[in-house]
Amino acid sequence: MDTRNARIGLVLFAVYLLLYGGFVFLNAFAADVMETTPIAGVNLAILYGFGLIIAALVLALLYGFLCKPTDEEITARGGKK
Amino acid sequence: MIHEASYVAIAIFFAFVAVTLGISFYLGGKAKSSQGYFAAHGQIPWFVNGVAFAGDYLSAASFLGICGMIAFYGYDGFLYSIGYLAGWIVALFVVAEPMKRLGKFTFADALDSKFNSPGIKLAAGISTLAVSIFYLIPQMVGAGVLVQPLLNFPHWLGVVIVGATVIIIVVTAGMVSTTWVQFLKGSLLVLFSAILTVMIWARGFETKQGGIDGHEFRSSGPISEWATSGELRQQPGFEESEVVPPDGEWSDAPFVRTRNSAGIVAVWSKEDVGNGSVRLREAQTVETRDGQTWVNGQPKGVKKGDPELHPIGYVSKLHGGEAKSGSLGPLSFFSTLQESEVVLWPKQVIAGADGVKTTVYYQKPTPGSQILRPGEHPRFKGIRSKKPLDKLNFLSLMLALFCGTASLPHILIRYYTVKDESSARKSTIVGIASIGFFYVLTLYLGLGAMTSGSMDVTNSNMAAPLLARSMNEWLFAAISAIAFTTVLGTVSGLILASAGAVTHDLMSSYLKIEMSDHEKVRVAKIASVVVGAIAVVLGILFQGMNVSYLVGWAFSVAASANLPSLVMILFWKGVTRQGVITAILVGMFSSLGWILLSADTFTGVYGLPAEDAIAPFSQPGIVTIPLGFLTLIVVSLMTAGKSEQTTSPQSANPESA
Repeated sequence: MDTRNARIGLVLFAVYLLLYGGFVFLNAFAADVMETTPIAGVNLAILYGFGLIIAALVLALLYGFLCKPTDEEITARGGKK
Repeated sequence: MIHEASYVAIAIFFAFVAVTLGISFYLGGKAKSSQGYFAAHGQIPWFVNGVAFAGDYLSAASFLGICGMIAFYGYDGFLYSIGYLAGWIVALFVVAEPMKRLGKFTFADALDSKFNSPGIKLAAGISTLAVSIFYLIPQMVGAGVLVQPLLNFPHWLGVVIVGATVIIIVVTAGMVSTTWVQFLKGSLLVLFSAILTVMIWARGFETKQGGIDGHEFRSSGPISEWATSGELRQQPGFEESEVVPPDGEWSDAPFVRTRNSAGIVAVWSKEDVGNGSVRLREAQTVETRDGQTWVNGQPKGVKKGDPELHPIGYVSKLHGGEAKSGSLGPLSFFSTLQESEVVLWPKQVIAGADGVKTTVYYQKPTPGSQILRPGEHPRFKGIRSKKPLDKLNFLSLMLALFCGTASLPHILIRYYTVKDESSARKSTIVGIASIGFFYVLTLYLGLGAMTSGSMDVTNSNMAAPLLARSMNEWLFAAISAIAFTTVLGTVSGLILASAGAVTHDLMSSYLKIEMSDHEKVRVAKIASVVVGAIAVVLGILFQGMNVSYLVGWAFSVAASANLPSLVMILFWKGVTRQGVITAILVGMFSSLGWILLSADTFTGVYGLPAEDAIAPFSQPGIVTIPLGFLTLIVVSLMTAGKSEQTTSPQSANPESA
C-alpha cells in the first residue's frame, strides 16, 4: 500500500470536508448569512458555492502534483525504485 | 404547452445520434473478449477517461434537473451541483487508487479482494443492480422529457426509443465504445453549455409581463377581498364577467374564479394590498374533465394558436426601473438580478365540489435577493425553520450527495478502463475539472432559463432545452441532441455496470457457473436487455418527478449500501466477511424502504396524501449511511475471530485495528 499517497489524500480530504461542512452548516443554521453581499453585489451563497467548486479543483491538482507513482508502476515501466 | 416539431432541429438531432451510434458500432467491433467488453482492455488514455467521467456523470439529472430546479426556484438547484461535485473529492482522495489496485471488473471485486467470499459478491452484486436501476429511472424520465418539445412525441415513446437505442449500443459494443461516446458527448456538453452561457450574458435581462408568445399576464384591482360580480364588472376588462361562486376547496383558496361572456372560466390569485382589498393576478390552470385536458378554462388544443398554457419566466422589474440591462458579465449578471424582481409560478392543487382537481399555477413576484439565496424550494424551506427536525432533510441530502458519488457502480467501473493507479488519479482530476466547470455554468443556465420567457409552467425538466430554443432553433437542436446522447451514454454505462454485476458477481462468483469468455459476454448482453426493459417501465411510471430529485435518491441508496464497506475495508483491519455482507444489505434495504415510505413517493408515485407517509422526512442518507457504518462495525466486532474466512495476517491481529 502506498501510504504516502493515501496520507496526502486524507489530509486534502479533511481540508475539503471542513469547507463543505462549513457551507452546509451555514446554510442550515445561519441561512441569513448567505444573503449578505460581500463582493461586487454578489451574495455569499453564490461566492461560497463557486469557491467550493474552485477549491475542489485546486485540491485535486495539488494532489496530482504531490502524489508519486507507486512502486509497482515504476517497476512496470522498467524504471528503478 | 404545445410543441411544434421543427425539421431543421429533427435533422440535426438525428444526424448527431447517428454519428454517435456509428462510432459506437465501429469501436465496438474491436472489443471481443470479456476483458474488452467490461473494461475496454484497461487501455483507455487517462485524459479520454477523465472526460468520459464527466460524460458519465453529467447525466440528465445535471443538465435537465439542476437547470430546471434553478429555473423554477432559484439558488436551491445549485445545492445539487455543489453536492455532486463535492462527492468527487471523496472519490479522488479516498477511493480511486485502492479501487484500481484491488479490483478487476466490478466494485464487488474490490470489496472481496481480502475475503474471497461468494456472499460478499452476492450482496455487492445485488446492491449494484439496485443502485443502477434506481439511477436509471431519472435518466429515462429525462429521455422522455427531451423528445417532447423536439419531436412532439409523447413521454412514453421517448422512453422506449432511448431504451431500445441503448440496448443496441450495449449489446453490440461494450465499454470501449461507451467510453468514446461518453468522451465525445462530455466534451460537447461542456462546450455548448459554455456557448449558451455567453449568450445569456450577452442577452442580459429585459422587463416583461409575459413570455415569448407575447401574452401579457393581466392584473387588476384593487378590489374588495370578497368581491361580488357587481364590483368585478367595474374593473376594466371585466365588464361582461361574473364571479364564479366558490365551492369545495375553492372556498378557502386564495383565488377568485371569473367567467366571461364566452363562458370561459379564468382563475386569479388574490394578493393582499391592505384594508381588506386585494389585487387580482392572472393565474394558469390545468385540469382533467371527462378524460380531456383543459388549460386555462378551455380544452387543450393540438396545434399552434389553439388554447394552451402560456410560456413563463420573465423579469418584472429591473433595478432602477430600467427596461433592459444590456449585456452583462459573470458577476454583474448576479448583482443585477439581485436588485431585480422575477415572477415565479408556484402551484396549488384545488378540488372543486364536482370532484374536478384543478392545478393552479399563480404569479409570485419574487425579489432577486430571495431567488439567489438558499431555501426557496418547498423541499429546502426547512432551513429557514426554527425547528431542528426540519433542517434534517437538507442535511441528509447534502450528506448523501457527498458520499454517493464514490459509491456509484457505473462511476467505479470506470477505474478499470485505465491502465494503472496514476492514470486512475489523473483521469479523476480531469473529470473534476470538466464537471466543476460545467456546474459553475449550471447556475447561469438555470437563471438564464428563469428569465428567458420560454419556460413550460408544468415541467421543470424542460428548462434547459427550452432556454436554447429561446436563443435559436439550431442551438436548440444541438443542445437537445447532446442531452439525448447524454442520456444514452449514462444509461449504457449503468446497464453495463448492471450486466457486469450479474455476470461476474452473481453468475460466475456466487452461483459458480463455469463460463467461457464468450459465454460471459453473452450472459452480460442478455442481462443488459432485461435491465434495459425494467428501466423503460420505471421511466414511464415516474414521469412527473424532477429528475435531479430522483438522482438524489439513487445517491442515498448508493451511499448507504456501498460506502461503509468500501471505506471501512480500506481503513480498518477488523472488518469481517459477515460485517461487509450485513452492512451492504442493511444499508440498501433501509434506504430503499425509507424512500418508498416517504412523503415524496406517496404524493409523486402512489398519488396518496403526504400526511400518510411513514418516514419523517424524505431523504434517508443522514440515518441510513451511519446505520450502514454502525452495522458493519458491530457485526464485524461480533464475528471477529470466529470467521475462518478472515485469514489475512493483519485482520488476525486485533492490535493493528
